[in-house]
Amino acid sequence: MTGGPDAIIEDDLQAYVDGRLDGARLAAVEAYLAQHAEVRERVVLEQRQRAALRGQLEAKFAEPIPPRLWIANIQAARRRRLRRWTGAAAAGLLLFTVGAGTGWMAGRRGTDLAATTAAPTTAVAQNASAAYRTFVVEVAHPVEVDAQHQAHLLQWLSRRLGKPLVAPDLGHFGYRLMGGRLLPGGRGAAAQLMYEDAGGRRLTVYVRAAEGSETAFRFQHEGEASTFAWIDQGFGFAVTGALPREELLPIAEAVYHGFAGDTDAVRKN
Amino acid sequence: MADASALLEPQIPALRRYAYALLRDHDLADDLVQDTLERALSRWAFRRDDGDLRAWLFAIQRNLYVSRWRQRRRRGTPVALDEAPLPGVAPRQEATMEVHDVLAALDQLPEEQKSLLLLVGVEDFSYDDAARLLGMPVGTVMSRLSRARQRLRAIVETGRTTLLRRVK
Repeated sequence: MTGGPDAIIEDDLQAYVDGRLDGARLAAVEAYLAQHAEVRERVVLEQRQRAALRGQLEAKFAEPIPPRLWIANIQAARRRRLRRWTGAAAAGLLLFTVGAGTGWMAGRRGTDLAATTAAPTTAVAQNASAAYRTFVVEVAHPVEVDAQHQAHLLQWLSRRLGKPLVAPDLGHFGYRLMGGRLLPGGRGAAAQLMYEDAGGRRLTVYVRAAEGSETAFRFQHEGEASTFAWIDQGFGFAVTGALPREELLPIAEAVYHGFAGDTDAVRKN
Repeated sequence: MADASALLEPQIPALRRYAYALLRDHDLADDLVQDTLERALSRWAFRRDDGDLRAWLFAIQRNLYVSRWRQRRRRGTPVALDEAPLPGVAPRQEATMEVHDVLAALDQLPEEQKSLLLLVGVEDFSYDDAARLLGMPVGTVMSRLSRARQRLRAIVETGRTTLLRRVK
């Protein structure tokens, strides 16, 4: 099966099996098969197996969709979960208040994932990761203002950040707020909130002003620190911890969904 | 998210078919599809409006299967080829036997070849779409497709010989 540009190659035979040839190419393959009985036999068998596989799976395709896969039911279950989570988070809810009602979800509709600029998110992730490495090992002064003065802490950080900031309650994941600090970040100020679990493991939530269009989560791993970062409405957010990606993701998603779920619940109720 | 339902629901039968072919268990397959739909809804806003929804959903489901479900399945009880139910099959004629257990034979292929045969041969994805979905160049799709079909032929052939020997 070697030769000039018109020679039949294996790709042609596969396309023939899949019924994806037409015109001259189809005629050429048919002519070739007419002359090569052994190849023809093999191609016919492959066609038959392809058809058999489709046939065996036809009944599955035709089955009615079971109720648990109805989108309305899945959406309702999601809302219930989010509300439960929001309920559990109670008082100090995780929300960065980003303009009521509209929500991030609506704001992000149509965002082109491939075209969004990666750079600002990466910068936020790097800043967050650096801040994490600097302060998470700190024994004497891990935070500037501790959680006992939470109201003062948040008021202070919100003023410096130019954004109303509420501390996420990560108690659901076993993390309690230790406190926070102000840092230089980008062209302005950045806020770092630090959390600790019963085992002394720490994670941080980092927020600063950031340029660039809204993005999806970006994951970054630096040394021991994993970071999920995203940008929304002029601010960059990052959640950093010495956790494997799959453990950190639900925490980052909870921050994100807590907000989306809350506005959703408000709208529905 | 009002339009999610209208857009997603027509895709579900094909997602169930792909999931079932991968897992060969009706309940587990629906678990996988449910995971896929939940994931799709949570990422709904990040989806490209101009993108191919079907390819996006299949990519999500395939990734979920590869990252989580394959292990779960391996821990389960494997169904022996002989015990696997073969719906609507009367193994009387040679021609029937030759092809009747393609789905079971498919099970013996590595996941990538299995997905390739399903996405191209059953779900009718173009070679280009399949390449994007599986994260490989289209040339690789072609050569692996050829190899997958070759292996499938060999497996079915071996199965047939075993079956004939047992009948004698």
